Amino acid sequence: MPGKLKAKIVAGRHLPVMDRASDLTDAFVEVKFGNTTFKTDVYPKSLNPQWNSEWFKFEVDDEDLQDEPLQITVLDHDTYSANDAIGKVYIDIDPLLCSEAATVISGWLPIYDTIHGIRGEINVLVKVDLFNDLNRFRQSSCGVKFFCTTSIPRCYRAVMVHGFVEELVVNEDPEYQWIDRIRTPRASNEARQRLIFLMSGELQRKIGLKVLEMGGNAVVGYLQCFDLEGESGLVVRAIGTACTLEKISTFPATATHPNNSSPSKDMKDSPQAAPSTLGCRSTHSSPVHSASSRLSQGFSVSVPTLLFAGMGSGGSAGKEAGPLKALLRQQTQSALEQREYPFFTLTAFPPGFLLHVGGVVSARSVKLLDRIHNPDEPETRDAWWEEIRQEIKSHAKALGCHAVVGYSESTSICEEVCILSASGTAAVLSSRFMQDGPLDTEHRLSRQPLCVFSTGSERVEGDMGSSASLGFEEVVSPGCGFCHIPYDELNIPFPAQLTYCYCCRRYKVPDVLFTTIDLPTEANVTGKGCLIQARLCRTKKKAQGEGNATAISSLLPFLEYELHTQLMNKLKLRGMNALFGLRIQISVGETMLLGLASATGVYLTALPSPGGIQIAGKTPSDITYEQHISTMQKKINDTIDKNKELYEINPPEVVEEIIGSPIPEPRQRSRLFRSHSESSDEVSELDLSHGKKDAFVLEIDDTDAVEDIHALLTDSPTPAGFYSCNTEIMPGIQNWTSAIQMFTSVRVFRLNANLTNQGLNKIFSDLCENLLKSLYFKLRSMVPCCLCHLNFTVAIPEDELIQVAVTAVAMSFDKEQPLENGKQSGEKTLIKAITENDEQLQFNLELNAETSSHNPLSSPKGLSEVGSHLSARASSLEKASPLPEGRSRSLRSNRSYSGSSVAVVKMTPLSFIPGAKIIKYLGIINMFFIRETSSLREEGGVSGFLHTFIAEVFAMVRAHVAALGGNAVVSYSMKECVFMENPNKNQAQCLINVSGDAVIFVRESELESTSVQTQSATTHTSNGGEGT
Amino acid sequence: MRLHGTHIKLTERSLYSVDVKMSVELDVFVGNTTIMDKEVYQLWLNGYTVNDAVKVRIEGGVMEECEASAEVLLSDTMDQYRTFQMCERLLHHPAKLANQLLFQIPPDRQAMLIERYYAFDDSFVREVLGKKLSKGTKKDLDDVSIKTGITLKSCRRQFDNFKRVFKVVEELKGPLVENIRQHFLLPDQLARDYAAIVFFANHRFETGKKKLQYLTFQDFAFCAGQLINNWTVGAVDNMMEDMDVDLDKEFLQDLKDLKILITDKDLLDQHKNLVCTALRGKTNVFNEMEANFKNLSRGLVNIAAKLINAKDVRDFFIDLVEKFIEPCRSDKLTSIDVNLYLTHYTNSAHILDTFKHHAVWTRYMGVIKSCILRMYHD
Repeated sequence: MPGKLKAKIVAGRHLPVMDRASDLTDAFVEVKFGNTTFKTDVYPKSLNPQWNSEWFKFEVDDEDLQDEPLQITVLDHDTYSANDAIGKVYIDIDPLLCSEAATVISGWLPIYDTIHGIRGEINVLVKVDLFNDLNRFRQSSCGVKFFCTTSIPRCYRAVMVHGFVEELVVNEDPEYQWIDRIRTPRASNEARQRLIFLMSGELQRKIGLKVLEMGGNAVVGYLQCFDLEGESGLVVRAIGTACTLEKISTFPATATHPNNSSPSKDMKDSPQAAPSTLGCRSTHSSPVHSASSRLSQGFSVSVPTLLFAGMGSGGSAGKEAGPLKALLRQQTQSALEQREYPFFTLTAFPPGFLLHVGGVVSARSVKLLDRIHNPDEPETRDAWWEEIRQEIKSHAKALGCHAVVGYSESTSICEEVCILSASGTAAVLSSRFMQDGPLDTEHRLSRQPLCVFSTGSERVEGDMGSSASLGFEEVVSPGCGFCHIPYDELNIPFPAQLTYCYCCRRYKVPDVLFTTIDLPTEANVTGKGCLIQARLCRTKKKAQGEGNATAISSLLPFLEYELHTQLMNKLKLRGMNALFGLRIQISVGETMLLGLASATGVYLTALPSPGGIQIAGKTPSDITYEQHISTMQKKINDTIDKNKELYEINPPEVVEEIIGSPIPEPRQRSRLFRSHSESSDEVSELDLSHGKKDAFVLEIDDTDAVEDIHALLTDSPTPAGFYSCNTEIMPGIQNWTSAIQMFTSVRVFRLNANLTNQGLNKIFSDLCENLLKSLYFKLRSMVPCCLCHLNFTVAIPEDELIQVAVTAVAMSFDKEQPLENGKQSGEKTLIKAITENDEQLQFNLELNAETSSHNPLSSPKGLSEVGSHLSARASSLEKASPLPEGRSRSLRSNRSYSGSSVAVVKMTPLSFIPGAKIIKYLGIINMFFIRETSSLREEGGVSGFLHTFIAEVFAMVRAHVAALGGNAVVSYSMKECVFMENPNKNQAQCLINVSGDAVIFVRESELESTSVQTQSATTHTSNGGEGT
Repeated sequence: MRLHGTHIKLTERSLYSVDVKMSVELDVFVGNTTIMDKEVYQLWLNGYTVNDAVKVRIEGGVMEECEASAEVLLSDTMDQYRTFQMCERLLHHPAKLANQLLFQIPPDRQAMLIERYYAFDDSFVREVLGKKLSKGTKKDLDDVSIKTGITLKSCRRQFDNFKRVFKVVEELKGPLVENIRQHFLLPDQLARDYAAIVFFANHRFETGKKKLQYLTFQDFAFCAGQLINNWTVGAVDNMMEDMDVDLDKEFLQDLKDLKILITDKDLLDQHKNLVCTALRGKTNVFNEMEANFKNLSRGLVNIAAKLINAKDVRDFFIDLVEKFIEPCRSDKLTSIDVNLYLTHYTNSAHILDTFKHHAVWTRYMGVIKSCILRMYHD
């Protein structure tokens, strides 16, 4: 008997009135795990029952512990008829199975009903006793830690990074089973919720097994997704990066770097020889059907989505590397090639891990869904993903890279068509971390790369030191090393323009770099970054089955190409040269395709300064046309200048003559080509005739192009005091304050008219822009602030509807320290002055208005700010004055609020909390909820319904985190928000899936006082559970 | 699957149209910490419709300051209104706001929400003060709304607040103000005002007569405070487990004994002489005071004697005005004169040989004096 689960039901509160006659409720609770159910006594006639039950004990296999949630149902006892369900609580007990996570779940959890939402709260206590398992062939993987965070978690050190793990499980969707016709919506929703809980548990267990097999103890960057395939079933799939993590003790961590000093290891270090770059490769396979099977046979259209016409450079830095380097590189590669997929879901790496970045690799494939006949053997789905991963792998290879980092997978489903997408960044990783470990040869895991590095929170200098000590490399600044091309210059996979690195002047760099990862912390960046989005909408004919799939796959390349073109234009317009965190989402509907690419643009100091954008007319016939072009050109130039100022991009002037450069000066000329949906060949007909140097030429040959330029210019700049990015950190902004505000915003738009592609594009672009504007307005009180990790998700829930969901966090920062001080001292003098006389008060008012005008956006209206300052001062006066009445009043009113019983839980999509240190990870939060209503109007329409539901989901996440003993969720994301409505029936339904890591954080200011406690807590935990 | 029915497009369902080609059908913003704009909250409380609120905000210039468009403002206003509506049921039981899980609201914000929700307009409360907080009164609120210029929605909220507070404290024992403060988490001054409203509603004091129109709510609230602090059971004995809503019956009974001051001719003359002696030379209106003494004294003592009848309690304020304030005013007494007069009137009674009800007299006249002085203005 490997485990004993114990649960105790303490009390309930705020229960709904179930008995109209008495306005009270006779509540009792059923506690269910697996097939065992316990019941509490009925607590009669109360909305705040005190059950104080005994400990209910379940003796179960740890396999079940991992798969099953603890299900708590609150019911109203009814003597004459069936008991009415009030609601349920599902508790994921996985965090209790890991010795380093939570030890007990205790607290008030919302009672949730899929029809009525939250109906009161229940106080429970849950514990698990695990026994050591002697069974070798066990199916459980208790003790493997899971993290959503896509970097090494803050209080851990990675001993080894093993690599990619993936798994998927499939089942029939209860919503589509025959029984659904006869059961209530509530029963159907609950069956679905429970099934998904079970499937996620099973998935996590299976992934855990793979991790154990690889010799790891944790999964980092765990990404779990649902594919609601409708009639064909329900797929739950997950990917992650297997690691061996070690908790950082409070002792200096440097002692635990023995592998670094091992000479055999150093010998294997791969030098910087690996070539590097930019660019994207992607493939689309569309289904070509053989008569018998529906299986797609990819005819793969390779579309170079980024095109750079430029002179291939003659000399080669790569060659200098010599044969030794090549050999070493082979070794590194072989270590990675041992594995099926050298993929990493991480987006941030410890310094020294990431050597070179090649560029974005992506692959998409259109598939026709088919009923999953045997859920136990989800081979088809596996085969589909395998195909795509192979594609990605080969793209990476073509870029001279042996690994893919920042890897992710996604799907978009419309009826029976499904687009599978995968993308990542081709990269060369340090061989220091990839070793055929001779030290543990007898171990069957010897093939796994050995990797020792410290967490990101540690000092960079240490790692720089170690990388400097590597034999071959001459010191390469970590600030530019990753930009150096990993591929062979003579066999550039796509036209690229190479120059010597503007930092070190030794190695070649591309002129533009696109990646899916976060900006490395050590990267040299000039100025600030900003969010860049490319938006595209394409109409499509309604079609069925294979025809539909073929139509979609033929549209995809153009979609992707144009998205890249837009990205490139917008990047140039901002005077920047690199994109990080690139995420391209393609969503399919019955009559249109949506593409949304988001990334954070920055100016990498190592890369050449981007040329401007040159507009050229193809038919320079009449004068007005020329004038039109020149005004447009002026506008563009102005915008670029304005942007450079806004983002503080003023790179040091570079002397163009690179002394001793073997490369003939590459002509910095690149062009932008517009693709026409009609001819796919056009992309290769590159016209290089324009002699304009240093410019990116945008050709106007038709009205489309004019529209495009307009679109380019209509992206309104962020309001003063705001910055935005979709990555974890924003270059150029430090001194974050502790004020953070995570939010989710959802909008659904209805298209009312038949629209052309241009019309659609404009609408789609406008609605994204308007959404951003709304966000800035909402958050204006936080200025100066940065919206970080802006994550847009688009969907086409039905014909003519576009849904956009955004989750992000707004973080305030101190603009300038000195200014802040001045302001404070100003306020202090005000308070002092007010006690003196009236005349001075008047003066102070003026002064006050002046100080606030430093930052006009900090308050919604200047006047009210003055007013509030006044009142603040008045109250401070009151406190200072000896008037007994006033004083006692303010004291009393303060007291009545200080006793708030709900603990604050912070939520953020980032992996950290500014100004605080995460001291413990309590486990993964992965929750799935369904909400349905048949009284949509009464609940405030669709907006009221969804607003309540999202607020409820937040509340449940916070409550579960608090019950685990945590005070924050990091790496939070809303992975699914499927909203359906049928207003004729006054009905709506929504499914939401959220995930994140529950943590305990301590404010850095409080850290010293609590460090002792933390230590004792840690030791307690490690003694407490002995799982695995 | 249940929802995959036929879709009929209902454009009127859309929240707002951006242009002909597109309309926003759903628009929500949910923050981990609930974002609430004080200004919009006030507009909501004032009963403005979303569109009116947007107009007010545009006029306020928030658009220029934040580079926003009307559409952004509309979206924000609708969103905030929705949030407030969702919070409203919690505001009905402010204690719940602190331990609910749905909205994460910092404590100072919670206090602001409650305080503003329970704040009321003086002009509104003046209309319903002393009226029964019944459905009938609620039906008449449209008249009140027209008269005061306060939106009906806001009137209803304020009325419902009065009623809710009344219902809760009605069944509670202990000091009234403290009960209100604890149950509704209101700041001290607001709790005192509510105590006055509850007190007035409970005794159904007449405040609407024309002659009383010149009095403000704060005048009445002051008087209510005097009555609560001096004439209720709780006022004499804090240990008593009774509430302060009801006047001390025993005291009211004892007030009848004061009648001797006007029924006993000797006593009345004696009293008059004492007062006049004391006042002579101290005021310009001595003659009027002297001439009116018996009249005024009869008025005040008769009020005291009648208070045992609930019906006459209702007329307390109108009686004070008719029997005392108006005669004084027609004689052109200043409030200093009135103060002087009442001080000597009260003190002289204690010197009367045959008058023995000193305690009751002090308790009665203390309140009467401060009420009259408060009410003695234009």
